[in-house]
Amino acid sequence: MLEVQIEKKLGSFHLDVSFAAGNELLALLGASGCGKSMTLRCIAGVEKPDRGRIVADGTVYFDSEKRIDLPPQKRQAGLLFQNYALFPTMTVLKNVMSGVRSGARSEKRETAMAALDRFALSGLEDRYPGELSGGQQQRAALARILVGKPKILMLDEPFSALDSHLRDQMEQEVLSTIREFGGTTLMVSHSRDEVFRMADSVAVYGAGTIDALGEKHQIFRNPGTYHAALLTGCKNFSGLSGLRQEDGHTLFHADDWDMDLTVSGAHTGNMAAIRGHHIRMASAPGPNVYEMEITQVIEDTFEHVLLLRRPGCQGPAIHWMIPKGTVTPLPEGSVAVEFPSEAIMLLRK
Amino acid sequence: MEDILRVLRNLDWSPLLISLKTGLVATVVCFFLGLFAARKVLKLSGRARAVVDGILTLPMVLPPTVAGFFLLLLFSLRRPLGSFLYQDLGIKVVQTWLGCVLAASVIAFPLMYRNARAAFEQVDVNLIYAGRTLGMSELEIFWRVIVPTAGPGVASGTILTFARALGEYGATSMLAGNIAGKTGTISQKIATAISQNGDYLTAGVWVVIVMLIAFFIVFLMNLVTGGRNRRRW
Repeated sequence: MLEVQIEKKLGSFHLDVSFAAGNELLALLGASGCGKSMTLRCIAGVEKPDRGRIVADGTVYFDSEKRIDLPPQKRQAGLLFQNYALFPTMTVLKNVMSGVRSGARSEKRETAMAALDRFALSGLEDRYPGELSGGQQQRAALARILVGKPKILMLDEPFSALDSHLRDQMEQEVLSTIREFGGTTLMVSHSRDEVFRMADSVAVYGAGTIDALGEKHQIFRNPGTYHAALLTGCKNFSGLSGLRQEDGHTLFHADDWDMDLTVSGAHTGNMAAIRGHHIRMASAPGPNVYEMEITQVIEDTFEHVLLLRRPGCQGPAIHWMIPKGTVTPLPEGSVAVEFPSEAIMLLRK
Repeated sequence: MEDILRVLRNLDWSPLLISLKTGLVATVVCFFLGLFAARKVLKLSGRARAVVDGILTLPMVLPPTVAGFFLLLLFSLRRPLGSFLYQDLGIKVVQTWLGCVLAASVIAFPLMYRNARAAFEQVDVNLIYAGRTLGMSELEIFWRVIVPTAGPGVASGTILTFARALGEYGATSMLAGNIAGKTGTISQKIATAISQNGDYLTAGVWVVIVMLIAFFIVFLMNLVTGGRNRRRW
């Protein structure tokens, strides 16, 4: 259990976030420089917030009003650094031993050896970090953190230093490590796919603030804000006008797409969005069905991206993602597509 | 040739011993003080750091005789500190071997301090942060993480410090004087051999000895910092 409410000013940048997390994996998703890593560092105690309160498992780490600021050494907050921060002049065994907090030297050694065994690093104990592969380095760093029995676990972009083919494998390994740990885990990431595969909940960071916070399916289905939708991978946005409710539906005109659209249920917002994967080929005319001009076809690795625009419309093209093999042959020239009512998101900008 | 052999046979080896002893003790003193100062200065910020850094570097920039002047001003038996040390504690700096060590330490200190500081600045700050989150004490982080990681820089600083302390002349001659067998270092021996006796042969023998030591030090330096001397162009 972790409760965080912090403010910190750094030059013109202002971090102001508050959230709580139970025994789950909460992902902090955002572009670089939005304050995600700074949040982790404030919780770990290597940076000091200007104001606020941080409580982990009943231990007050920081409370500006009560003037509490526990030194990082006493927080027992495990932080996996982006570059793992293994001590380069110590062997793997010594590195892991430096994470054991109490006990005689021989006990520390035993604990560390057991951890190395658990993290499939047996036989590498006398190597130096520079002699390990990226995946092994990550395991060693995780072992070093977990032997200290942390109250919370924080991972700062854990896979950014790995080659892409290693990433998938380490993702599953790290995930099972997190499950075994069982406490509150925070993970900073800028990859929405990684977040979706791993996390339970997501906090979407704007510039120094949290734009959206919630269960991951919820957040990806309805991000709430333009910024959060953008970060969760949505590509199609339009300003809107004439928003009104009629018979349990919300109607509006999407200005940038030049279309009248209907969404079931009552919604508000000043921006409409739809994910490219949710657009469908229309079989018959109906509401939210429009004849679109195909202005460009882009072949991606596993899908085609068709850029669509209403004839005569000057706005940005709509991206329609079609997984390869699902629509054959690919439409050419123009095509009638449906913007499914349940897939249209109304957002605040 | 016979002359050289005669000089060697009758050579008083005490200057070598005194110089080596002075160099070693001064290096040990500078090593710990330099690391300590570098660590403290890196914790300062802005103007305070610039001022302290300037003061600590001063002995390297000033002529050694100026440093000698100030040392005499402090430790002369006619001065408050000097007389206090001598009268109350029985410690005499002027005209003693202690003066040799003190002069060499003051002159060589900036080399240790500056090299250590530069090496510490290169240490990834995340290593320090990691140590803290892992529960290591600040002292433990310093000796087990920062100093080893900054190893090559610290080592070359130590070697340079030894070299500088070994050859110190200006401040030493003012503070410790040139008492044969007591404070007479190699540098002073060379100077007096020529200026007082015109004895180029004895001076020459000492010059060769000093050069051998210097070559050895340079060789050691390159060995220690070897990894960084890879061909780049």
